[in-house]
Amino acid sequence: MSAGSGSLPRYIVQRLLLIIPMVWLLLTIVFLLLRVAPGDPVSASVGDRLSQEALDVRRAALGLDRPLIVQYFDYLGDVLTLDFGNTISDNRPITSIITDNGGATLTLTVGAFVIAMLIGIPLGLMAGRRRDTVGDVAIRTFGVVTYAAPVFFIGLMMQLWVAAPLGWPTSDIASPITKFEVEPVTHILLVDAFLSGNTEAIGDVLLHHLLPCLTLGLLLSGVFIRLVRVNVLQTLKGDYVEAARARGIAEKHVIRRHAFRNALVPVITVIGLQVALTLSGAVLTERTFNWPGLGTQLYNYLIARDYAAVQGIITFFALVVVLVSLVIDIVNALIDPRVRY
Amino acid sequence: MFNRLLSPFRSTTGLARWILLTGVVITVVFVVLAVFAPWIAPFDFNQRGIGADKFPKMAPPSGEHWFGTSDQFFDVFSRVVYGARTALTVVALSVLFSVVIGVLLGLLSGYLGGWPDRVMVFVMDALYAFPSLLLAIVFSFLLSGPLGGGVVAAALSLTTIYIPQYFRVVRNTTVSAREATYIEAARALGAKDSTIMGRYLFGNVIQSVPVIGTLNAADAIGTLAALGFLGLGIQPNEAAEWGYDLSRALDDASAGIWWTSFFPGMAIVVLVVALTLVGEGLNETINPSLRKRRIRKVVLPPREASTTSTEGGVR
Repeated sequence: MSAGSGSLPRYIVQRLLLIIPMVWLLLTIVFLLLRVAPGDPVSASVGDRLSQEALDVRRAALGLDRPLIVQYFDYLGDVLTLDFGNTISDNRPITSIITDNGGATLTLTVGAFVIAMLIGIPLGLMAGRRRDTVGDVAIRTFGVVTYAAPVFFIGLMMQLWVAAPLGWPTSDIASPITKFEVEPVTHILLVDAFLSGNTEAIGDVLLHHLLPCLTLGLLLSGVFIRLVRVNVLQTLKGDYVEAARARGIAEKHVIRRHAFRNALVPVITVIGLQVALTLSGAVLTERTFNWPGLGTQLYNYLIARDYAAVQGIITFFALVVVLVSLVIDIVNALIDPRVRY
Repeated sequence: MFNRLLSPFRSTTGLARWILLTGVVITVVFVVLAVFAPWIAPFDFNQRGIGADKFPKMAPPSGEHWFGTSDQFFDVFSRVVYGARTALTVVALSVLFSVVIGVLLGLLSGYLGGWPDRVMVFVMDALYAFPSLLLAIVFSFLLSGPLGGGVVAAALSLTTIYIPQYFRVVRNTTVSAREATYIEAARALGAKDSTIMGRYLFGNVIQSVPVIGTLNAADAIGTLAALGFLGLGIQPNEAAEWGYDLSRALDDASAGIWWTSFFPGMAIVVLVVALTLVGEGLNETINPSLRKRRIRKVVLPPREASTTSTEGGVR
């Protein structure tokens, strides 16, 4: 960015202005792909069940009989007012899908990040500290394998070899997620369970979260291991580490206070970069565990060949990715002044 | 020629060499499985029995069916072997397509500069920011109509998600190479733009392509399986596909049947790890800045005997 513009508000404004063309382009890509596609969305999803007249009525109701350019500006306008349209197959507003099922995806991804950090950061620090030892090689192998293994395969193995012997919930009883009726206040089950104050329900909801979060978390932990390890190696080479050693500070303090702390700064950036990977992983994890989130909804509408629903959900995912990376960038600028230049 | 190709490999040491070798050996095993699938697999990928005799349904691994059979009466071992053929074909095609398109666009964009360059960079950045699996889902959702659920449709839906990476690398190297003396010399000699790009720039900007290619291949194996797992990509009547087999195995897992998911899943894991190792190994071999040399560092002895430094020693 422009040199010397070190003020934080200015950086935030710059960053905000930059996402406008980005969002516009993403929306255009989604629209072009799904609307200009060969075949017509209505007949693709319900064509075999309705007569020609009924199909025309549906088309008109969705505005698909209008010129493409009109539909395009309509779509842009709708998305700006956070209206993602209605599904074709069951004529449901996408926004209601997002509010009903978004909570489950949110708790899944947040839980996965927590687990990924709990596993990834200590292992990464250890591997970096003891470079090229047996432990380092073992941890790196673990990182490569968890990253290489498809998340749905890990999920299946978890169901087979962890959940089944322990009597934990597996795929066929993960949805509905809990047998306890809790008032859907926020549509985030975990929060709703806490609000109801029913300890049994809280325990049950947490237990249901454990395996899916662990599965997705393992995938992400590979990323953290790699990153933290490389950062430790780099900071250990830094002049200030050398200087600390030269001042006679005990090696363990050098490692803890000087090397580790600085090695953890980029972790927050990586969280931002991994949002896309996490969402992709969440779609697959949800399908594996029959998790009642947006990924399962996306899967169901894909199978139903419902273009409008797929378009709406994908648009929402794209917006989430852009917004989260914006927030992470701003947080990063708050923490690390070097970013602003 | 052969000696020259191998010379960077000879200069590698220890771990890097082992990583590369292990990766190459495992990958070659999978290539052999893929090429000779009809001879290695005891049955066809969609064979449900011999003549009128059906295979047992969901039978555990045995002498007759090494990896057991599935709920569709398929022999799991044969499906895994044929799956290697599908996976490697799709991945080879998609990497080839994306390299050709990405390198070409990157060269043009970087060499021409100006507003075409800006537009291209902008579009590629947007594509890169998009969650890759979702992009692949959208493409295979669209292509499955006109192209069917075959190998080519699957390869094309994977192609788009990898183009931006080649584009970026090639464009950036082109931009910096464009001002180099040898390009200026070529221009002064009256070389046409196409000659400059084809003869002088191309060879200098594609050096990191093999590394990105193998790492993308590893990623593509996983993405293809993910598409299959979601019921997209390769359709079951076209070819054996590991991801599809895993989605069929979802229902078996709750019944405690492990062989229908374990073997195709392990095939994915092993192949992805192998390709990743090749990529990492290549990176350390080709990229001189990453190559570790045998230089002895001068390190002051630590003050306390109890804390041994891991830095230093032979690197």
